Formats: sequence, C-alpha cells, structure tokens
Amino acid sequence: MKSLGIANRRSNLAPSYIILVLLLGFALGPILVMGFNSLKNPKEMGANPLGFPQQPVWENYPNAWVKGNFALTTRNSALLVAGTVAGVLVLGGMGAYSLAKLKLPGSDLFTLYLLIGSSLPIQLFLVPLFFLWKNLGLNNSLFGVIIIYIAINSPFAIFLLRSYMVQLPADFEDAAQVDGANEWQVFWKVVVPLCWPCFLTVGLVVALAVWNEFLIASVFLTEKELFTVVTSYYNFSTRFSRDWGLTSASAVMMILPIIAIFLVLQRQFIEGLTQGGLKA
Amino acid sequence: MRQSVIQMEGEYFGRETRWAQRKRFFRKRIVPWLFILPILLINLLVVIGPSLSALYYSFTDWSGIGAAKFTGLDNFSRLLFTDTSFKRAFFNNLTWLVIFLTIPFALSLGAASLLARVKKGAMFFRIALFIPYVLPGVVVAQTWRFLMNPIHGIGAELTKIGIQGLDIAFLGNPKTVMPAVAFVDNWHWWGFLMVLFLAAMQNIPQDLYEAARIDGANQWQEFRHITLPGIRPTIIFMILMSAIWSFLVFDYIWILTQGGPGGASEVLGTLVVKNAFFKFEAGYAAAIGLAMSFLAGIMISIFVVLRRRGWDI
Repeated sequence: MKSLGIANRRSNLAPSYIILVLLLGFALGPILVMGFNSLKNPKEMGANPLGFPQQPVWENYPNAWVKGNFALTTRNSALLVAGTVAGVLVLGGMGAYSLAKLKLPGSDLFTLYLLIGSSLPIQLFLVPLFFLWKNLGLNNSLFGVIIIYIAINSPFAIFLLRSYMVQLPADFEDAAQVDGANEWQVFWKVVVPLCWPCFLTVGLVVALAVWNEFLIASVFLTEKELFTVVTSYYNFSTRFSRDWGLTSASAVMMILPIIAIFLVLQRQFIEGLTQGGLKA
Repeated sequence: MRQSVIQMEGEYFGRETRWAQRKRFFRKRIVPWLFILPILLINLLVVIGPSLSALYYSFTDWSGIGAAKFTGLDNFSRLLFTDTSFKRAFFNNLTWLVIFLTIPFALSLGAASLLARVKKGAMFFRIALFIPYVLPGVVVAQTWRFLMNPIHGIGAELTKIGIQGLDIAFLGNPKTVMPAVAFVDNWHWWGFLMVLFLAAMQNIPQDLYEAARIDGANQWQEFRHITLPGIRPTIIFMILMSAIWSFLVFDYIWILTQGGPGGASEVLGTLVVKNAFFKFEAGYAAAIGLAMSFLAGIMISIFVVLRRRGWDI
C-alpha cells in the first residue's frame, strides 16, 4: 500500500522533470551555442550555425583577446569594481553602523531619504549629472565613475548591512567599549569582523552590478582607453558584427569569470540578489 | 585654607564634569553623523542635487553647454502635444508593461511551483535557471541577435527541417521588434523571478499541503488556494517593481535596436539619451526624464491608494 503511494507520487513528478529539463534547455541552450560558435571560423559558421564545431578554431580566443583589447578593458573594469566595492563597503558600512548601533538622531528620516534616493531613476539625474561631472573634470575618469557607482549602489548596501547589524547582540560592543575602544575601533575591530558574511554578500552583488553596468559606463567613459569590458564588447560586436566566431569567443571570455565565481559562491549571490531586489 | 581646597576641588570636579558632558555630547550627537556623512555627501552630489536641478532644467531650453534659457512649460507642451516620438515611446513603454506583467510571471510561477515539489536536483535546477540573470546585457543581446538572425539563426534551421515562417528578421521588423526585444530581456529575467517565488514558497507550512491532499485537492487547486495566497506579498511587490521598471527600461532596447527600426522600439529611456547626447537638447531630455519618474511615481501611488482603500496588498 505504502510503496504504491510512493510509486504514484514518483510518476506524478515525471512531467515536472520533463518541463524543467525543457526550461533548462531554454536557459542554457543559448549559452551553449555561444560556446560552440566561439570555436568556428566564418566558413563553418555558414554551414553549421548551431551545432557542435567540427574543426575547433582555438585561434578565435587569442584573436578576440587582442582585437577586443581585453588586457586594457579588463584592467578598467577591475579598477571600477575594486574601487566601488571598497567604497560601498567602507562608507556604506559606516552609514549602516551609524543607523543600526549609534542611534543616529533622525535615523528614520535618513532611511526614508535613502528609499526615495534609491528609487529615483537614473534617467532623471543623468543629464544634469553628466554636465556637472564635465564641469568638475570628472568625465572620462574612472574615479568619477566610481563615485557615481558608490552613490547608486550604497542604498541597497546600507539596507542589507543595517538589517544584519541590528541583529548583532550588543555584548561585544559593550565589552570593547569598557576596554576603552572608541566608536571607530568598535566598528572596525568588532562589528566588521562579525558581519563579514553580509559584507561578502553585498560586495558580490555590487561587484556583479558594476562589472555588467552599461548606461553609466557608456555615457561617462567615451575614450577608448577607458572602455570597460562591457562597453568595449558593445563597440566590438557592432564593428565585427558578421564575425560571429570572434564575438562569441570574446563573449565567452567575458562571462566565464562571472559564471565561475557565481557557481562557487552561488548561495551568497542568490541571497544577496534576491534580497536586493526586495529591499532596494 | 580649608575652604580654598574645597573650592579648588569643586572647581576641578566642575570642570571635569563639563568636559565629560561635552565629550558625551560629542559621542552621542556628533559621532553618529560623522559615520554617515561621507556616504550622505556622495549621495547628495550624485543623486539628489542633479535630480533637483533636472527639475529646474526641465523648464528651460538648454543645450548642455552654456546658460539655460527659462521657457516655462514649453518642454512639457511639446512633449504632450507636438512630439509624436514621445507618444510612440510612451505606448511602447505601456506595451512593455503589459508584457512584463504577464509572461515572466506566468513562466516563473509555473516553474517555481514545479520546482517546489521536486526533491532530487532541485538545487541544480535553481542554480542553472538563475545563470542567465548574472550575464551582462551586451552578451545576452549579442547571443540572441545571432539566434534570431534570419540567415543562420533558429528560424533558418527550422526552415531547413520544414517548419516555415520563423526565418524573419524579428529585430528589423517594426511589427515584431518590441516583442522580440522583450523576449530577450525576459530570457535573462524570469529565472530571477522564479528563484524569488521559490524562496517565498518554501516558507509556506507543509502541513497546509498535506491537509489539502487529504481533502482530495488536485495540483491546480493546491496552487490556487495554498501556493498563490501564501506568496502573495512577494507577487504583489514584484508586480509593483515590474510596473515601475517598465517605464525605466533602457539597456536591452538600446543595445539591440537603439530604438529602431525607424523609432518602432523607442521608449522614454532611449529618448532621454538621444535628446541629451545626440540632439543637444538637454533641457527637453530633463523634461522626459521627469515624465518617466512621474509615471513610475504614479505606479507607486496606485499601489498606496489601493492599500489605503483596504485592498489587502
């Protein structure tokens, strides 16, 4: 009787698995085709556009690396990611600590301000910001874009870090304060080490957002030497739009690090991204 | 002699107390602000300041360089009454809204409820279906530009095996361009929505389902009467966010078509960029940006009003 029930339930699951596998094909199929195509020359691309490459052309990768100027653009994107993540974690962490632990007078007001600020669309302030940055000499400067990225990503970071810090028991801070530590020492030596999982999550989400960002990067970094991986790929794929092998190879080089880091730290990524979607 | 010692002690302690008071005031009132000040200043400089000046510039004729000329409501009357590209962009944003409030929700709710039942491999499916969401838009766009290509994309291959009619230039045809771009955006978006819904579904107590099964409910009834009400707050919140984002959409449209062909996929977001940086009409661009924010604001207001009226959302 019992085994019949289990068998029954299992047969109920078969259609679910079939649909899920189809959805899996829908989600990963295009990525797979891109991987195949990165190994084809134009001739094979014409004969066999979707299938497995018959004679893999590995030269597409070094070619794309050189023609796409990846050495330079990877450096630019990495600098943007590092600067923004450091800025958001330190400055946003300090803000969150003030809101969560220091009983900032008017902290409700500040939270409201962050909510409004974070829901303003970029297109609203993009135009005046562009001309302000131009006057300040911050256009075509990685530093200028890092400042913008810090401002845009910090509300999400503050919300997440604050909700994490609020849950920390006050015992550790009290003990540190009895030992004569000031607020900065408490923040740096006690709160940050205790919150590092949350800092890691926030850092990953911000890093992904900056690495993939398109609008700000294409408006504020127009000099070729300052192109990011994304804006450079955008130009590259328009210029070599017919050489699908080459553009596919550079696409694979762009997404491999993302997918690798995502797979290793998928729990933190998914947690951070879904909470970010709900809070910021 | 004795008195003066007491006096001195009094003065000494008095000063100590005042100093301690000042220190306490500093720690209670000033230090919290010192911690939040840097990020506050950056936010004011980047977001709030320029947003307020956008408000002003929307009432001016301004090329972006030099002085802005105050022109009152000219920009707004142009936007409402004479600019046909604004009207078309607005309707395209509405199309986007309709598409994104239906298809991704149906797809992700369906997939999440299937996945919630599954034990073996659930983790694998969850991670794999999430991957498109972490890819950069330029790569997603280029991949689908290839797959939708009429000469060697999926449509062409289907024609070879006898399924006709799909080998058309979806992105080059004014009739199909909006659904085609929305399809590409949705390909990278629905997995994220599914993972959100799945997380919400896992918080529904299992005994509700067991009770329903004992009562003889089928899968659809379980979904309709337990799953949907159980994750309602998440669904409603994502409906609100999708409605807001539908008026702010930019990336995928710009990357795939730049608003073309012939303005057929123009949205408010692409109009702002074109006016500000290609036509040097920064004042008018600011007005369009303001209109976008206004439309997003209306979505939030509808939400708030319905809630006040007692809708349980």
